[in-house]
Amino acid sequence: MEILWLLGMPLFGGIFLATVGCRRFAPEVNAVFSFATFIAAAVLTTRIINDGPITAFDEQFFIDSFNVFLVALTAFVAFTTSLFSRPYMRIEQHHGRLTINMLRLYHSMYQLFTFTMLLALTTNNMGIMWVAMEAATLTTVLLVSLYRTPASLEAAWKYFILCGVGIAQALFGTILLYFAAERVLGPGGDSLLWTHLNAVKTQLEPTVLSLAFVFLLVGYGTKVGLAPLHNWLPDAHAEGPTPVSAVLSGLLLNVALYAVVRSKVLADGALGTNFAGNLMMGFGLLSVVVAAFFLSRQKDVKRMFAYSSIEHMGLVTFAFGMGGAVATFAGLLHMTVHSLTKSAIFFAVGHATQTTGTQLMENIRGLIKQSPTIGWGLMLGTLAILGMPPFGVFASEFLILTTAMHSHPWATPILLLALGVAFASIFAKVQPMVFGETDLPRLPHPPALVPVFVHLALVLLLGLFIPPYLAGWYQQAAALLGK
Amino acid sequence: MSVSLSGQLINLLAALLLLIAFAMLSQRRVLSLINLFAWQGVVLTISTLVVAMSTQQQHLYYSAALTLVLKVIILPWILHRLIRKLNVKWDVETLINIPTTMLVGIMLVIFAFNLALPITQLAGTITRSTLGIAIAIVLLSFLMMLTRRKAIPQVIGFLAMENGLFFAATSATYGMPLVVELGIALDVLVGMFILGIFFFQIRETFDSLDLRHMEKLKDE
Repeated sequence: MEILWLLGMPLFGGIFLATVGCRRFAPEVNAVFSFATFIAAAVLTTRIINDGPITAFDEQFFIDSFNVFLVALTAFVAFTTSLFSRPYMRIEQHHGRLTINMLRLYHSMYQLFTFTMLLALTTNNMGIMWVAMEAATLTTVLLVSLYRTPASLEAAWKYFILCGVGIAQALFGTILLYFAAERVLGPGGDSLLWTHLNAVKTQLEPTVLSLAFVFLLVGYGTKVGLAPLHNWLPDAHAEGPTPVSAVLSGLLLNVALYAVVRSKVLADGALGTNFAGNLMMGFGLLSVVVAAFFLSRQKDVKRMFAYSSIEHMGLVTFAFGMGGAVATFAGLLHMTVHSLTKSAIFFAVGHATQTTGTQLMENIRGLIKQSPTIGWGLMLGTLAILGMPPFGVFASEFLILTTAMHSHPWATPILLLALGVAFASIFAKVQPMVFGETDLPRLPHPPALVPVFVHLALVLLLGLFIPPYLAGWYQQAAALLGK
Repeated sequence: MSVSLSGQLINLLAALLLLIAFAMLSQRRVLSLINLFAWQGVVLTISTLVVAMSTQQQHLYYSAALTLVLKVIILPWILHRLIRKLNVKWDVETLINIPTTMLVGIMLVIFAFNLALPITQLAGTITRSTLGIAIAIVLLSFLMMLTRRKAIPQVIGFLAMENGLFFAATSATYGMPLVVELGIALDVLVGMFILGIFFFQIRETFDSLDLRHMEKLKDE
């Protein structure tokens, strides 16, 4: 029942906003729908924590502690982002960058995008998961090109083609998975249900499964932004409206990684080796290193933080690749804190670029004088994402590094070096943006900074103290994934 | 229909599909490219029907009907409308090095057959020998996307790749579950509409659908 609410709210919201999206109150309606979705997610979460995994609607939906945690995170960040987008989009409209029809498209697609992500997370059918992931690309293509500037059109085209080709690989992987499943489970719609596959995973043909996993990893990995398939990501993040950057970076990447991890569980069962994990570790490590070295060359602030997303997703992929309870726990924690921190940073960056009218970092100066909240938001968010204690990112990175030191000592120096380079490049660029001289005017609408500080407070809390029920929840999820 | 006859028919149709894929690779006219794409849909429909008749798989009739409606009628119709409205109906693309592209294509076909080998050995379907061709079509469409510099041929390459994947699904497993196929069809259709809008946005901004204008975003 909660699932119906959870998926129905954003779907209905998307259709409703397509009709009334041009009204003055549309941003509020958008926030209300997102809030309703969040409530449904919260109710669903409590139920899963109390009752354990459930399936619904003829087993078409499957919720366990792993995906319910992502559902809750997705619904929460989608809600706070809708709060942020309220003043943000009004200011953009005030600046004349958006027309009323573009806003209608934006609001409608925002809800539909939330719907596709939640569908990808809750569905039990690996085929439907593919359909939802592709739909998530489709709903965001027009959002990336919302401003209709040459650069944004190019970014959206790149996004569409690269993710489309990437996800086509994932479809082939899904076909192979079905091929293997059909031999054990027989033909029909049920053979692609993850719960059924998971029950017979040891009987699945290993050669086919290893091939299938490679295709699934490359396909969904393109959407995660793993190097060397990450080319679309910085462009799409930099050229779209900031709320879209925040949800792309904070949520979509997680959802794509979720698909990879679900496939990994099946591949591990069928192969009985660490083949899938090793592949993920390789891709993850490469992403961390590539992103860290690209970071120092960025001039555009949103581009820079997009590369930072690649770095962090690489780190999480590496953690899941290592497997085992502790690394998986750290991966889940890192997913959470990265989502919260990165979206908070994008909120602050969004308002910062609105006040200065540019995304070029060398032209953004003295944010703290002009608006202390934006300045501190950006500064604290940056410190958090760079893994400074006492923020939560520190805790998860520390866990990942210490586990790596035990099981794969050779990887630790590489990771540490990449994290060090990332720290130096980002901090050196953000520091003059925040402190420094400026004489800029204020924004026409008060900026939405409550979400920034709510997110950062949560990240701080997760760094200092993980509430026991949350820790138990992560442990449950980690036990499900890491053998 | 007897199994050996339908097996031969399917192999013939698969060969035709491969031929069309090569024809698309070397076709420079946008209009002819769309027609080739529609023909690919026709052959795909017939081969799905033949498989459906010889194996009595009920859901393959539905997916054949779906292919006919979507890939032979709706998508080519949308593409025809688009090129008429965008005034690119008679566009000819200058392709460099068609012979080289063809050679690369042949290499890809050999590679595809090798890739398919372990799977074909396991498959129990009458269509299993065509899996190599299906993968070859996917790779050839991918090559086509790489060699094109204009938006519409690139999208046709993308759609042809989806055709190849669909054919792979029929060859290896007698088609994906119906609900998944419906979902994929919906995605393709929605994607086409969005691209339609997108083409107009690109043309409005760049005055052409040439993708060379869209290579500015780079990391220096």
